[in-house]
Amino acid sequence: MTGARLNWRIVVGGGALLVLALIAIAAPLLAPVDPLEQDLFLELLPPWWQADADPTRALGADSLGRDVLSRLIHAARPALIVAVVAGVLTMLLGTALGLLAGYMGGMIDVVISRMVDIWTSFPPVLLAIMLVALIGTGLHSVIIAIVLIDWTRFCRVVRSETLAQTEMEYIDAAVIGGLKRGAILFREVLPNVLPLVIVLLTLEMSIAIIVEAILSFVGLSVSSDSPTWGGMIAEGRQVIHQAWWVMAFPMGLILIAVLALNLLGDGLKTALDPVLRR
Amino acid sequence: MNPVLDIRDLRVSLRRGAHLVRDVSLSVDAGEVHGLVGESGAGKTMIARAVLGILPDAIRVTGGTVRFRGEDLLRLPPKRLRSLLGREIALIPQDPLTGLNPARRISAQMTDMLRHHLGQSRGEARVNALRLLQEVQIRDPEQVLDRYPHELSGGMRQRVLIAIAFSAEPSLIVADEPTTALDVTVQKQILRLIRQMQERHGTAVLFVTHDLGIVAKVCHRVTVLHTGQVVEQGGIADIMSAHATPFTRALMDATPRYDQPADALHPVPEHVHQELRAAARRFDEANP
Amino acid sequence: MSGSLLLRRLVQAVPTLFGVSVVVFVLVRVVPGNPIAMMLPPGASLEDMERLRQAYGLDGSIVEQYVIWLGQALQGSFGTSISLRQDVLELVLGRLPATLELAVLATIMAVTVGVLAATVGILFRGRWPETLIDAINGFTLAVPDFIWALALILVFGVLLPVLPISGRVDPRLGTEFATGFYLIEALVSVRFTVVGDLLAHMIMPAIALALPLAAIITRVLKNSLAEAMAQDYVMIARVKGFSRWRIIWVEALRNASIPALTLTGVQFTFLVGGTVLVEKIFSYPGIGNMAIDAVINRDLPLIQGLILSFAVIFIVVNLLVDLSYGLLNPRLRT
Repeated sequence: MTGARLNWRIVVGGGALLVLALIAIAAPLLAPVDPLEQDLFLELLPPWWQADADPTRALGADSLGRDVLSRLIHAARPALIVAVVAGVLTMLLGTALGLLAGYMGGMIDVVISRMVDIWTSFPPVLLAIMLVALIGTGLHSVIIAIVLIDWTRFCRVVRSETLAQTEMEYIDAAVIGGLKRGAILFREVLPNVLPLVIVLLTLEMSIAIIVEAILSFVGLSVSSDSPTWGGMIAEGRQVIHQAWWVMAFPMGLILIAVLALNLLGDGLKTALDPVLRR
Repeated sequence: MNPVLDIRDLRVSLRRGAHLVRDVSLSVDAGEVHGLVGESGAGKTMIARAVLGILPDAIRVTGGTVRFRGEDLLRLPPKRLRSLLGREIALIPQDPLTGLNPARRISAQMTDMLRHHLGQSRGEARVNALRLLQEVQIRDPEQVLDRYPHELSGGMRQRVLIAIAFSAEPSLIVADEPTTALDVTVQKQILRLIRQMQERHGTAVLFVTHDLGIVAKVCHRVTVLHTGQVVEQGGIADIMSAHATPFTRALMDATPRYDQPADALHPVPEHVHQELRAAARRFDEANP
Repeated sequence: MSGSLLLRRLVQAVPTLFGVSVVVFVLVRVVPGNPIAMMLPPGASLEDMERLRQAYGLDGSIVEQYVIWLGQALQGSFGTSISLRQDVLELVLGRLPATLELAVLATIMAVTVGVLAATVGILFRGRWPETLIDAINGFTLAVPDFIWALALILVFGVLLPVLPISGRVDPRLGTEFATGFYLIEALVSVRFTVVGDLLAHMIMPAIALALPLAAIITRVLKNSLAEAMAQDYVMIARVKGFSRWRIIWVEALRNASIPALTLTGVQFTFLVGGTVLVEKIFSYPGIGNMAIDAVINRDLPLIQGLILSFAVIFIVVNLLVDLSYGLLNPRLRT
């Protein structure tokens, strides 16, 4: 019965993500019109189910007369790139530092742990906005900001897990067996922290999507021309009384992406939990 | 005389089906101390908990009746049961260290029941709590009332719990291994105290223990349990005599005594256990 | 205890504040970009620029700049905002009450909802209300405050326009306030129309901030309540004949609330961080909204002042949390 439940979560969450990924990859083929094309006659056009809609603009148009559907589809690209790249880089940096701190101990551990403490005492949203404002806008800066802020999440978890693992007996057995420290780290410790790291990665990817949306909402992500979900929300917020749908659609997509990632993470957590697996 | 507590054919089982208590009957008369003896896992704590209606979630009563002055506790509406608990039936728990709420003062924990069941005012309840603490021979009761549990010793806390149990003048008290968690020297004092209080208030006590030595000191009648079945039941003199069943005799030989060296102890022989386990199996086959 | 503990905590706060100020100072200055150039109209001469740099204390080495800044800060002067050309301290203090009122209201809401949901969940252990609470909780945790804020605007501001979606008080009321604490002031002076209007403006941002916190409190409190309910003293309370509801509230809640309180303290940090964005979304005039503008305008003195005031808030909240442990756990009092 547990099997059925975890299947459901992984299938629904993973399936929704797969669809979003395919949309992002095939964006130029799927988008009905050029997402940057402005048509002032179509300004704030309502979506198809409302009166005086235009069949070529299924989800309506924004305040510059750009096609909402096409922009939504193209905006899946930066979201996906940020989720994958920032997620993976954050995972790599945080895991490496966490393994180092947990496995080496001593001064290294003290320095890394202290850094984690200082980092987490700043409000993350403000830190992200500050970093991007300082490094400059653009997708690169968004990714760098996420990595620089959120590595602590992995580091903390991996460090404590590594500490717990290295205290277990099989590590002693490996040391006696003549394995070098580095080899032990990769052959014995890493496989055991991996399930946890993968679950955290799904969480991190959803955070990355949100942070990207927040930064483009504030106007600090990619330039305002090329579409992002957060940017579309910011534009929609301006015209919310005239055209609420401009904001509602990108919000819905962010919500779907975030919920799908959380669902997948939950599913993976049960599926990968070594205690439940055995 | 009508018994205060009358347990008939009580059966307690795991949700999965295994029996823990196999059709046990016993009765406790007013003013009587009835010992419920057995090794750990014999089902004695389950019987006590079934009487109080506090069995763990995975365990339930699957048969029999538990009559308290004629009312079947197992079938009472929750509200009626709650009005009896604390007021007419009370508990002295096993571990005094965890039996008191660490975040509440002794006074609050002693007076809440007096106010709840007897409708006493704050002041009245405090005066009564003070009197009860004196009765269980606590020094400086006034100060103790304003303390938190962690500021008292284990023996003091057990005295407080005894005082709470007797506070509403219940007619039945369930004492669940009340001295097991205490030092040997404190044990004796607490036993004497329970016996004194019970005699003075004429309270019936169902005394759960694994120690036949304690039973011999405080109980009038005894029920000996093994694998959830009654092995032997009767007055204390009969049980302690040579007519007792092999298990009871073996249990007596396994009980430490002050007048014998420790190496004179004999564990209960395996064949005695096996016979009783076989009886339990026969019961389970007959009652799936 | 309180006196010495309070003093010790305050002393401990000094290096933290110092550290934060150094980090912010360095971080803001090492990166490329010239705030002075941004202030001047195109075509300004190099001399003009140099004069401005001196006026804002931006000439000299970074250590010099820090020493000057620290010396002035200790005297209560945090410089002048570059973009708003006003005293930083005045600006921050002018906006701070709005943020504090919002954060406190959100925290009160989160704690109320969290405690209720956790106790109801435990009361109906293993039955449908618990399942429902867990499901709602999982959803609430997954959705960030950013999305909650926008969804609230969409639903209650636009589709069913019952609440105002921006600002703090309706200017048409023409109310004058003597302090920055509008809500408290209106309550004290019994002006209920004003109280109603203030609450109508605050309720949506407060809910957006409170929901994720409420979900976390529910989860942690429910776990620790479940643990407390398995304790002997709870069993004894049942045997005393008390109802389950009373047992949860009187016996279990106080012991179970310590982990939840620790968490609320930690999460309050995130909540104040969350105000940055939520204030922006609702155009609510607090320090969070101001911080975003300050960052975008590279207003160095203002950024420093704001970050430091955030740091002070965190330190004070953690102090309060530490102090309240003693109230909940008598063992920590001696």
